[in-house]
Parts: sequence; structure tokens; C-alpha cells
Amino acid sequence: MRRVIIGTATCGVAAGAQRVLARALTLAEGGGLEVVEAGCVGVCYDEPLVEYINDLGERRLYGKVTPPLLDRILAQGDEPDPALARHLIRVNDGPDRDGVFAHQARIVLRRCGIVDPGSIDAYLEADGFKALEKALGMDPQAVIQTVLDSGLRGRGGGGFPTGRKWGFTAAQPSPHKYVICNADEGDPGAFMDRSVLEGDPFAVLEGMIICGWAVGADKGVIYCRAEYPKALVRLDAAIKQARARGYLGEDILGSGLSFDVYVKEGAGAFVCGEETALIASIEGKRGMPRFRPPFPAVSGLHGKPTNINNVETLANIPWIIQNGAAAYAAMGTEKSKGTKVFALAGRIKRGGLVEVPMGMSIRQLVEEVGGGVPEGHTFKAVQMGGPSGGCIPATMADLPIDYEHITQTGAIMGSGGVVVMDDSTCMVDVARYFLSFTQAESCGKCTFCRLGTKRMLEILERITEGKGKHGDVERLLALGQQIQSASLCGLGQTAANPVLTTIKYFREEYDAHIHDHRCPAKSCASLVIYRIAEENCTGCTLCAKACPVDAIEGERKIAHVIDEQACIRCGKCVTVCPTGVVMKL
Amino acid sequence: MSDRFAEALWTRKGERGDLIPLLQAAQEAQGYVSEQAMEAIAEITGIPLAEIYGVVTFYKGFRLTPRGHYVARVCTGTACHVNGASELESTLINEVGVERGQTDAEGIFTLEAVNCVGCCSLAPVIMVNDETHGPLTPRSLTQLLKRLRREAKLAMAPKEAP
Ligand SMILES: Cc1cc2nc3c(=O)[nH]c(=O)nc-3n(C[C@H](O)[C@H](O)[C@H](O)COP(=O)(O)O)c2cc1C
Repeated sequence: MRRVIIGTATCGVAAGAQRVLARALTLAEGGGLEVVEAGCVGVCYDEPLVEYINDLGERRLYGKVTPPLLDRILAQGDEPDPALARHLIRVNDGPDRDGVFAHQARIVLRRCGIVDPGSIDAYLEADGFKALEKALGMDPQAVIQTVLDSGLRGRGGGGFPTGRKWGFTAAQPSPHKYVICNADEGDPGAFMDRSVLEGDPFAVLEGMIICGWAVGADKGVIYCRAEYPKALVRLDAAIKQARARGYLGEDILGSGLSFDVYVKEGAGAFVCGEETALIASIEGKRGMPRFRPPFPAVSGLHGKPTNINNVETLANIPWIIQNGAAAYAAMGTEKSKGTKVFALAGRIKRGGLVEVPMGMSIRQLVEEVGGGVPEGHTFKAVQMGGPSGGCIPATMADLPIDYEHITQTGAIMGSGGVVVMDDSTCMVDVARYFLSFTQAESCGKCTFCRLGTKRMLEILERITEGKGKHGDVERLLALGQQIQSASLCGLGQTAANPVLTTIKYFREEYDAHIHDHRCPAKSCASLVIYRIAEENCTGCTLCAKACPVDAIEGERKIAHVIDEQACIRCGKCVTVCPTGVVMKL
Repeated sequence: MSDRFAEALWTRKGERGDLIPLLQAAQEAQGYVSEQAMEAIAEITGIPLAEIYGVVTFYKGFRLTPRGHYVARVCTGTACHVNGASELESTLINEVGVERGQTDAEGIFTLEAVNCVGCCSLAPVIMVNDETHGPLTPRSLTQLLKRLRREAKLAMAPKEAP
């Protein structure tokens, strides 16, 4: 039977996948067509995505599909319709139009966008729970050894060896232990975990159950942020089905393992991604980090030994158990094994989700996989690691991506968000942006984090407003160092990283703002002058009509002029100008 | 007090860990966490009211005032930021006529911000209730708001008696 697989992850729906799905369901009423909803294959820049499988079993992946386009796709015979060539991304597993898949090695994402995440039968058909069966036949200690040998390191940002962490919890003599899956994914610019939860929730559950067996836990908790409504729905459905089939609950598959999982919904606090704050939040308290030790492995949720892992870490586990540690360790670099999922976003042509072997260079990731920055712009930097990370300049883009190399730059690998920046991005503004984030998200427990970030933000704000003072950069460096050394948790310890790295690599941009009152990227509103290139202005009057303060003068068909004194630099004239003659100076 | 919230109060056993789910149930039922809801939770769980208030104000997800028909949340994630989220927010504020955190007089829109909704490749986006829209320009956002306002008015109109 002919099938269409429609990507209805959050990104697909936002791009209009629901309308395509509705059309497909209508067409399927006539029979002869099966409609499957799946997660996202990661080609987010081309959403909505539809994979069409004809009677011969040939698979064709189409991008930017609309309901009328779906009709044409389905009207094709065995021969592809040439009019659809523009939308065709790839046929079967062959090379794809843009070369995005060419450099990928998909372990965590192997089922995303391909297998129906809402059906346990689909998961079972795609080798689901095979790893669990295998693990339950192994000694828990042997499972831990396999994870250790694979070289897998925590994907939540810290990069701690997963096998070692499991060993700590396993060593605790307690009849009750917890496994927590950290699905709080707070880093702005990161959406790996959302995609995995929406696209392959059973794999995360399978990883958790295997972890439960290995460390001797009887309960699992998934702490998922409320901003991911679709992920919550998919998780809930997956847990119910797994329970009904005996993969969760008492005596799983006759192994004697009893393990059940429930979901806790976050309530909107970035710091709750930190493990001790997360535990406090599950316990119903204000999510504030506490001093470690004791580590959660010794005293975690409700005082019981607790193993916390990130979504992507856990989603790697079934593959490792099934294919063996050596197969995983064969990929990557000396100290960073396997693959990493990256969320490419920002000033990039092909934003989306990709999974590549560790050790790929930043340049290859941005330019070959992501297609580079938009036409007419130059690649300036990547931001890795979110608010805890930093900006790596394009001049260092040949660095291989692994934990050690990225840390050396002053950034961190982080959870996998890669925000690309080009000449239109102001690095001082980026630093200000992240500081405003950490300042707002500081839980307030540590004085330096609470007040130091506020003072740093004030300095950055005045610099971007053109009111920077001599010595401001030095003040930022000193404050940054103090916050780093006087904060309890990672939030404060790393809060200054975005500022420190931009000062290190883009000092001249700070100086231009402070000393010349100039924003080289022409991005800081207070430092930009808007002017109309009079010789090219057609006098259409649109800008004058749009200007909220009537700062633009000119008659119809006569060149317009902006009054620089009255201009509030809102940029509306640029947005409405049909000929693009409003310039930023 | 709504049935859903009452049911949640009844089925939860009042353990400490139930506090946030209870507050979430209250907010889902009423659109915000009311003083009465906090009092009811305090009574059932035995947690002091002041502590409950402390928890509510710690998390950005909780609202202490009623919300509009739609909660429009501008995504302020990094990708949205470098792709023009602040322009979107000023359009939103201009069109709706209230600031972030407020609800318009007709009760149609409540404006909020959200850290990142994970739709970075469609940046800039806004989330309206549970749905994400993107990529938006000030112009397409204005159109979206027009459509939503029309739909809200229909949904909010008092049902005529048969
Ligand atoms: C401020 C802060 C926020 C964090 N946010 C997250 C998060 O959103 N997701 C996550 O998996 N880990 C996050 N972490 C890291 C966790 O504390 C913890 O190290 C991780 O969940 C362990 O899992 P892993 O070993 O599999 O990486 C955060 C840490 C800090 C300090």
C-alpha cells in the first residue's frame, strides 16, 4: 500500500504540517493510502516534510509541502513528476539535494521522522526494545562496563563519563533508587532533546529502563519542560503503551526488574536544569541548587540514590547495548566518542538538527552541513553551549568539535546548540543578550551571581547604547572572574563565559562601541543612523506612512529624507521600503 | 472552583511533591493561580501559604492574574534574537496595546515572553497558547493577530439561546 509519512513535530506544525496532514487524511478516506505521523528528520529549513512511499516501496522525501503539492505528489505514477523536482530532497537513502545527510551518522536520530513515535508496534518493528531484552540477559555490572567502554559522555553539557556515573549509583546499597531523565533543555538555541522526545520517545524510555536495571533503580522520573507541549503528549502516550505491554511495571519481561516511569512537568525556570535544583523542583520546592557533595548518586530525589542523565545520553544507550561498545567507540576522537546531535540555528541557510561524528570541524558543520550563512554575508562566529558557553570566531573554525578542543577556546561543548553569527550580528549585543538571560534566571541564592550579573548587564547595556565608559571592559573582566569563583552552581560559574569570550576574540567591537560610538555590525539601535539613498528613492511614501514619529519627509515621487534628530531608530522604514534604499550607517 | 482542579485536589494525596502539579492544575483550570486556589492547596497539603506563594513566584510558568483568550509568547531564544525577535515584540506590543506581562482590555491577548521554544530553525517565532508560529515578520505577525482576534471574538461571543 502507498504511504505518506508527515513530520508533525513542533517545527513541522509551525510551518503548516497540520494542513498537509488534514489533506492526506481526506485523501486516504478513499482507501489505498496509509498516513503516518512522524517526528522531524532534522531538515527543519524545508518544513513541512512529507515522505512518499509508492507501491514499489520507493521512498521520496519532499520539502516545503502544501496541501495542493501533496495532491501532485500522490498523483505521481511510478515515474517521478519532474515538476516536483524542486521539492525533492532525496530518494530512498541516496544522496540528498543539499548534502545535509552526507556527513551525518545517525544513532540518536535514527528513527526520528521515519518511525511513528506514537505507536509501540512501529517501535518494535524498528528493532525497539531489542537492547532491553539483551541487557536484561546481562549482569547489571556488565551493562555498566559496556557503557563505560563505549566512552559515552553526558550530553547535557558536563560531559561526565556515563558509565562511571552509573557505577556510583549502582554501588549504593539501597532498596529504592531513582533514574531521572533531564528533559529540561533550557539552553536557548537548543532543540535536540525536544526533537528526540517528539520523534523517538520509546528510545528514551528504553534507555531509562536499561539504566534502571544497571543501577538497581525501581523508579524513573522524566523532568520535561512545560514549553514542550508536544513532547509531553508523546511521552505520556509512550509510557501508557509501554506499561500496557509489560515494558514498564512489575517483573519486566520476566527478569524480576520492577521499574516504572512518570513525568514531571517543569514550571519555567532555567536553573532547574541543574541536577540538584531539578531534584528540589520535583520535590515541590523552589528550584534552587544546593552544595555538592553529597552528589545525587548518594543522596538525590527524596534522599535516595539517584542517577541523572540527559535525554540524548539515554537515547544513545539502546544502540550501544545492541551494537556493542566497540562500535560506538570506533566513532569520534580519542576522548570524545560516538556522535553528537547539533541544533544549527541563527544566521545559517539550512538550520535544523544534525547528528555527526565527534571530531568534525566547526567549519564543516557550518558550511558543508549547514550550507553556510545567508547569501551576501560573511561567517563571523559560532556560539556554542548557550548561556554557559561562548563565541568561537570563524578564524578558529577548523578546530575539531570535541569536549577538550571546545573547552580550550573558552566556550563549552554544552548540550549541542550551535547558533551561527555573521557580519550582521553584533558581538557586544550577543554578550548583553546572554547576560540578560542569566541575570533573569539566576535563582538569587549566591550574591555574586545575583548582583554581579546585574552589574555586568548594566555595563553591557550602556555600552550597546553608546554610553560606555573608559575601563568598562576591565570592569567586566573583573566582575566576571568574581562571579565565576563565588557561585555555587554552573549557572553562576559559567555566566561570564559569553562576555569573556567575546572580549577575548572581538575586543575591537567593544572598543568601537565605547570609544567611537559605533556598532560595526550596525545592529545596536542607538548607534545606527538611518538614511535614504536619495538618488534611488522612488518616492513611494510607504516609509513616511510607516514612521511612527513622522520623521520622514518627502512628496510623492520625490526622494524622501529622514530627520536624524527626530528618528527613534525603530527600523520600520527599512522593513516597509520596497526598493531597499533605506540604509543603516 | 473548577471541577478539574477540585478533582486534582482530591486525587493527589497531598505529598510535598504534589505542590507544583497542583498549582499547574489550578492554573490550567482557571488560567492563573488564584488566591483561593493557593489557600485550598495550603489546607489540603499542610504547606504554609507563604511557602506556596514563594514557589509560585519562583517559576515563570505561573501567573497570578487572569489571562486572556490567547497567551502570546514571544520567543526570546538566541536564534530568534539574532533574527529579529525584538522587532516582533515591539510589533506585538504596538498591535495589542499592552506591555509584556499584561492583558488587553477585551481579554483577548496576554503578552508574555518565553526563553526558547526549540523551533530555532523557524526563527523568529511566537507561541500562541500551545501552537508555535514562524518564521514571522512584523507584517505577517500583524496578519496573524488579526486572524486570531477574529477567532477569539467568535469563540468569546455569548452563545445565543436556542
Ligand atoms: C544552570 C544549569 C542548567 C542545566 N540545564 C540542563 C538541561 O537543560 N538539560 C540537561 O540535560 N542538563 C542540564 N544541566 C546539567 C545537569 O546538571 C546534569 O549535569 C546533567 O543532566 C547530567 O546528565 P548527563 O551526564 O547525561 O549529561 C544544567 C546544568 C546547569 C548548571
